[in-house]
Amino acid sequence: MAEPLLQVRDLVVEFPTRRGTLTAVDRVSFDIAEGEVLGVVGESGAGKSMTGAAVIGLLEPPGRIAGGEILLEGERIDNLPYEKLRRIRGKRIGAIFQDPLTSLNPLYSVGRQLVETIQTHTDLSPTRARARAVELLAEVGIPAPERRVDQYPHHFSGGMRQRVVIALALCANPRLIIADEPTTALDVSIQAQIIALLKRLCREHGTAVMLVTHDMGVIAETADRVAVMYAGRIAEIGPVREVIKSAKHPYTHGLMGSIPTIVHDAERLAQIPGSMPRLTDIPPGCAFNPRCLHAFDRCRRDRPELIPIENGNVSCWLYDAAASLGVAETRALVARQAVASEPADV
Amino acid sequence: MAERADDRPAAPGMLRRWLDSDLWFSFTRSPVTVIAGVVTLVYLVLFLFGPWIAPHDPFDMASLNIMESFTPPAWEADGLPQYLLGTDDQGRDLLSAIIYGARISLLIGVASVLLSLVIGVLLGLLAGFLGGMVDAFIMRVAEVQLSFPAILIALLVNGVLRGVLQVERQADLAYAVLILSIGVSGWVQYARTVRGSTMVERRKEYVQAAHVIGIHPIKIMLTHILPNVTGPVLVIATIHLAVAIISEATLSFLGVGVPATEPSLGTLIRIGNDFLFSGEWWIAIFPGIALAVLVLAVNLLGDWLRDALNPKLR
Amino acid sequence: MSESMNMQAAAPVLRVTGLKRYFDVSAPWLNRVLERQPRQTLRAVDGIDFEIPRGETFGLVGESGCGKSTVARLIVGLHGPTDGSIELDGRNIAGLTRRQMAPMRRRLQMIFQDPYASLNPRWRVRDIVAEPIRAFGLAAGNAAVAQRVGELLEQVKLNPRDGEKYPHEFSGGQRQRISIARALASNPEFLVCDEPTSALDVSVQAQILNLMRDLQRDLGLTYLFISHNLAVVRHISDRVGVMYLGRMVEQAPARTLFATPRHPYTRLLLDTVPDLEMSGRPRTPVGGEVPNPITPPPGCSFHPRCPFANDRCRIEPPQTLTLPGGAVVACHGVEEGRIPQGPVQAAG
Repeated sequence: MAEPLLQVRDLVVEFPTRRGTLTAVDRVSFDIAEGEVLGVVGESGAGKSMTGAAVIGLLEPPGRIAGGEILLEGERIDNLPYEKLRRIRGKRIGAIFQDPLTSLNPLYSVGRQLVETIQTHTDLSPTRARARAVELLAEVGIPAPERRVDQYPHHFSGGMRQRVVIALALCANPRLIIADEPTTALDVSIQAQIIALLKRLCREHGTAVMLVTHDMGVIAETADRVAVMYAGRIAEIGPVREVIKSAKHPYTHGLMGSIPTIVHDAERLAQIPGSMPRLTDIPPGCAFNPRCLHAFDRCRRDRPELIPIENGNVSCWLYDAAASLGVAETRALVARQAVASEPADV
Repeated sequence: MAERADDRPAAPGMLRRWLDSDLWFSFTRSPVTVIAGVVTLVYLVLFLFGPWIAPHDPFDMASLNIMESFTPPAWEADGLPQYLLGTDDQGRDLLSAIIYGARISLLIGVASVLLSLVIGVLLGLLAGFLGGMVDAFIMRVAEVQLSFPAILIALLVNGVLRGVLQVERQADLAYAVLILSIGVSGWVQYARTVRGSTMVERRKEYVQAAHVIGIHPIKIMLTHILPNVTGPVLVIATIHLAVAIISEATLSFLGVGVPATEPSLGTLIRIGNDFLFSGEWWIAIFPGIALAVLVLAVNLLGDWLRDALNPKLR
Repeated sequence: MSESMNMQAAAPVLRVTGLKRYFDVSAPWLNRVLERQPRQTLRAVDGIDFEIPRGETFGLVGESGCGKSTVARLIVGLHGPTDGSIELDGRNIAGLTRRQMAPMRRRLQMIFQDPYASLNPRWRVRDIVAEPIRAFGLAAGNAAVAQRVGELLEQVKLNPRDGEKYPHEFSGGQRQRISIARALASNPEFLVCDEPTSALDVSVQAQILNLMRDLQRDLGLTYLFISHNLAVVRHISDRVGVMYLGRMVEQAPARTLFATPRHPYTRLLLDTVPDLEMSGRPRTPVGGEVPNPITPPPGCSFHPRCPFANDRCRIEPPQTLTLPGGAVVACHGVEEGRIPQGPVQAAG
């Protein structure tokens, strides 16, 4: 099998504070293949944004990578000096952030920002670079690009601005794009447009995407595979269809059950008791064990590793090879008990 | 959440909270700030217990011995042991005069700051909360006042008040006049800052929730918004204290401050100024050092407080 | 409370008629004179009608700029309406002064979107929850107030001892519970909920929505629930209204609206909801963006984005039309029978 584009091995991100060291990302490993869209989903505090920031080298100090490796096309990028990393950023890894208002410099025209990025990473002449900028604007669906290329960000609406941000991310033809909540700040109808645009462009350019979001719906529409994060660890990772329709990890199952849908009317949403532990209070063993209906002794003692199951991996002792039930029975057990139990008071 | 049982630890008391806080931590981390804090504390002690600490009473005209005026500091050749820092032109013990003078400086400084604070915070709250004509009016007055140097305003108010009061009462009311002048000259900073914060807080949902409950707007202003806009006020007040002390010293130096029989640090410097180059250097230098050290310590504390309370720098 | 419920079971708790709110967003007078700019008016709410029967939930849905948050603020009296009436239990509360409104305030409370800004960071939780109790004189003496605060905190599944703490010690979901406790402190009948779960994680949202449903059942509350999230609105509402640029384009019982949406904008919105069932349903996101509400398009304000727009739509604003089944739609195309029907999603 071809070597994956991005390999993350046992990544650890820490924050030293005066009360001790907080571990925001705790030995996370995953791969992204060429042209693949990997969704990284989780709730607030799960560590998904930190993971994205670590990959692209934009961790805010005092946060730092304290362990593990990040390999881009086989070479390590986590230990590079600032200058080298800066050159990789933009050329081989692009970024799209959540807030289109602050992603663009309000003082420069859109065209100027595009041309600056293009010239930094390619050796096109200014005229050619500007022509390329207009081309890019057209590609992301901005009408009348020759006229709009000289306008300022405040002349664009939120959705249009996000399209410009996508154009900026793509202009040096990176192999990988990190998109951190790219549609969260947009209206629902605009979200759909932006997701469709992102999918189409990445397919056309063969760009891989690491899509970080809390919105399962966006993942369902866009991703090929998805990693579910909880308290700085990966709970489950696998093909999108499998994880969403037949979740294995009890947390994923609870998460899917708590999302209301417009298709049918649930009398009561499934509710996971308790809340995600704070980084200072992560329990020993499996981080989810206090809230899990199926936790047993081993869960409270040992932290589970990612166990390969079918086409993905789950970090849950219920699926351990030594467990008595097979995979299908375990999944059915998780599903059945979660529905039947009375939602506990929080 | 399994937190229904009553065996949860009780919420920590106030002292524990304070000692645990980031503020105290950053204070203890900076040696300069700790020294500044200690120095200010010393002045505070002098303020409270001055009459018992000072070896002599410099305000008691009867105890002064004109024959012992211009005595140099004790370690000099002609010095006398009971006058550690020497005496001035009236025979006042300089050390005691400095202690008493510092008390006056602190008293007037703190009182003026309090006055400025009350006027400024109130006007800032009203301007920010009510908006419209009230805001426009208050801000125009503030801007006009800002175009003059504060000391000029203080002189102006001082002059007007003295013109209004009869000469006999001037000595009694000198302190009040000084506090009023310096206080009136300094409110603008507070008002502008508080107005800005008020305008931000006014839009927040907890204020809207109070409106929905039907609480009277003035009560909302005082109970909800005021506690949330006082953060920067503390910083301004600390730095303003230094300014107020210097202002009092300036006014006293110019002769329009405290009466000459109860000299503040500024008065002492003025007195000593006349003799600075004729050999009796100690009369100006020691009060000058005392004033400079006090102002520096207060300024450093204010700087630390501003940085410590700034959420962006944390 | 149960006596009044029996007596007034027939009348709706809230009835809104012809509600309008315009904002003057003109440049300052001097600028207007020098630059010859016209007066500009933002028509945030441009004539809406709906009613909510007792004990039910009305979901108001729409994208940014549609005016739904303004509607919330008009109903609780944070803004005065430019026109129209708001009847709470038959009594018009639109445009009352603060003093006149005071006796009605007890019955009508609000829950806000931002859990971080809706609680005063300098007040302890017990004081925050006690404020309405004290303001309306519902309990005499500190002990009685404290007792009631404890009851309210338990009702929202918090520990009564949490009253001693400050808001920053709580998570977003817990803060929303405190907001709910505060809203319930005056024993209201009607709650306006302005995007109460939009800032919360999905699993926390589920807890809060379940809590709100339980409270509605136990206390007989009526909700106006505002959100941009269609799935949430579907889950919690009995009747749903869709707003676009200040007007109500469609309202219907929840089940009907989601099964057979009539107005093209409603269909557009439903089409944009991601498919978590992974049915592989093809989506065609409609182009265009929400126009500037200060200069809305003439006629039907949706016509630039509507695949069924004709000349009449460009000139004449549509009137509301009541269809069999309870749907109320404002669309020329529906009136003329031009819009092809059919459910948006495969039946689930």
